[in-house]
Amino acid sequence: MNDNFIIGGKEVSSRLFIGTGKFQDNRIIPEVVKSSGAQVVTIALRRIDFDSEEENMLSYIPEDCIIMPNTSGARNADEAVRIARLARATGCGNWIKIEVVSDNKYLLPDNFETIKATEILSNEGFVVLPYMSPDLMAAKMLKKAGAAAVMPLGAPIGTNKGLKTKELVKILIDEIDLPIIVDAGLGKPSEAAEAMEMGASAVLVNTAIATAGDPVRMGEAFGYAVLAGRKAFLSGTGVVKDFAEASSPLTGFLA
Amino acid sequence: MNITLNGKSTELEEAMTVAELLELKRIELDRVIVEYNYDILVKDDWKTTLLNEGDNIEVLRFVGGG
Repeated sequence: MNDNFIIGGKEVSSRLFIGTGKFQDNRIIPEVVKSSGAQVVTIALRRIDFDSEEENMLSYIPEDCIIMPNTSGARNADEAVRIARLARATGCGNWIKIEVVSDNKYLLPDNFETIKATEILSNEGFVVLPYMSPDLMAAKMLKKAGAAAVMPLGAPIGTNKGLKTKELVKILIDEIDLPIIVDAGLGKPSEAAEAMEMGASAVLVNTAIATAGDPVRMGEAFGYAVLAGRKAFLSGTGVVKDFAEASSPLTGFLA
Repeated sequence: MNITLNGKSTELEEAMTVAELLELKRIELDRVIVEYNYDILVKDDWKTTLLNEGDNIEVLRFVGGG
């Protein structure tokens, strides 16, 4: 069965996107990319600290990956636009994850500012993937503003709580004619599978992999979970019933 | 001469270009991004852009992020 996944006109080989933050040792990132099968990889942009030796994150990301810089650190649309333009100036493509956060406790995205930034950047030719709180009206406005996909959170960033926003994300999947990518909060492969089973187009995972005991193996586990969940969605899951229904014939033997 | 470099007031003893400033700070020039007075400064212009009193320079690079 043909199940191509296309974003911004580009075919993406894996429905698992991974982030590169919080790894104890960045040198394992290429192995995690490989074990997870991920192609889309997120990174962030920061001021250089002249007083300390810093690594160039790009050197850990294999050539065939699609790099998706985020606008983390932006507190409003203007700052997100500024970061996005800087990121593109590095020459690593035109994908951008918009992340506008001014709430430091829960790191919840500001949908209003995110919509504004999406409109400006999509008009400038960016492939815009906005991180958002799952709200139907905001998602509709993001689509109108030119978003290439919509990325609702499953739970607050880095919490590993799972798909707490399930009902709201489901509504986006049903109503928004764009890829819906669950971003943030997924803590276990089963939760990634859950998102995929209900029809999410992809998931973005960082903390759950980066802080696992064995990130390389956990990346692989998430890769399998995303594949399994996607296949289940495409297959159409069976009906849920209140009472038992025997799977084996109950007559014609002994009785 | 005083400039603002990555948000910090920085004293430069002599006139220099952006490229010379990066060299002085021992920055690997590969894949860093320079913002000069709030506009992106493309790499081709680093060698020809002479710093002036009060300039604001941001030097950025990619780090891990989700």
